[in-house]
Amino acid sequence: MAGIIIVGMADLNVIKAPGMLTTLGLGSCVGIALYDSVNKVAGLAHCMLPDSTQIQNNSNIAKFVDTALIRLINNMGRSGANKRILKAKVAGGAQMFAFNSTNESMRIGDRNVDATLKMLREFNIPVVGRDTGANYGRTVELFAEDGRFVIKTIGHGTHII
Amino acid sequence: MSNFMKYNAMHFDTLREIANIGSGNAIAALGKMLGHKIRMSVPVINLVDFKDIAKFIGGAENIIIGILVGISGEINGIMMFMVKQDSAANLLDILMGSAGRAGGAERDVLNFTEVEHSALTEIGNILCSSYLGSLSSLINKRIIPSVPMLSIDMANAILSVPAIEFGKVADQALFIESVFQAETQNVSGYFLLVPDLPSFNLILSSLGVE
Repeated sequence: MAGIIIVGMADLNVIKAPGMLTTLGLGSCVGIALYDSVNKVAGLAHCMLPDSTQIQNNSNIAKFVDTALIRLINNMGRSGANKRILKAKVAGGAQMFAFNSTNESMRIGDRNVDATLKMLREFNIPVVGRDTGANYGRTVELFAEDGRFVIKTIGHGTHII
Repeated sequence: MSNFMKYNAMHFDTLREIANIGSGNAIAALGKMLGHKIRMSVPVINLVDFKDIAKFIGGAENIIIGILVGISGEINGIMMFMVKQDSAANLLDILMGSAGRAGGAERDVLNFTEVEHSALTEIGNILCSSYLGSLSSLINKRIIPSVPMLSIDMANAILSVPAIEFGKVADQALFIESVFQAETQNVSGYFLLVPDLPSFNLILSSLGVE
């Protein structure tokens, strides 16, 4: 059964081949895709904020890059993935409104991507594909079969990383 | 109060009344600008989960137009006005006359011209400024709107901006939805006021609601 699981905002999920994970309309949020191409296990997180330690109300694990990534890696391990051979692809982190300001909250997209790359480095997970920043939304699809990460946009084409 | 989830019926009634007055004023301003009579429904207040955030505006991937205004002064946060594609086209027809619009009956929002983008941005600006102006006099606090910014994209992507603001303090988003209708052309729009948590509490306490 080729299952499709939709990962919502502040959500994460894991699937095995031939399944597919998708998240619709990533804006300033970041989509973190991990996959193990040997055991064919994929995981996708849709995070809203970079750092749970900066926020008082931080019980929602999938909302933050730091806590979501740890949970995602563990869940994938439980589904049969080898944590040592995981590869990552990252999408999203757009600045939807072109505020020319130093206002921290308006740069949240960049900060989400920075936090993701930093965490992945700490876990020694190589980033093999990336489509981040700019000012438009992205729908992404992650295929467990081969780690293919399809990125669809409105007016900026569709591509595969 | 540290969390939106702790709001009770009285808080919601107060917020609904603020939305009623705010959007009422905004829509009166729009009606004057368009020379049309506009009907407005009673604002609906919903606490929604982040995953369901785009449901009320046609789904996650539905293309919408969002105009965002930053708020500073004694109240901080953001305000957004959103319309669906058909409403945006109708608004432009009313404002500019369908004959005067580039492409005539062309309704594809992705083919809107720079002038049409500016017109929509200005409509959003007038609506948000009037809304905030009435809120300011209601609670007697200084509110300074920023320059308005426009984005045309998937609903979820646009809504990620206010959702993230909510995400800092809650696991759900508080949506104040005001739908209005021009008499001859079907136009509906949605307001989203997102004060930060201290400002939310300040708004309520200014109105004597603790």
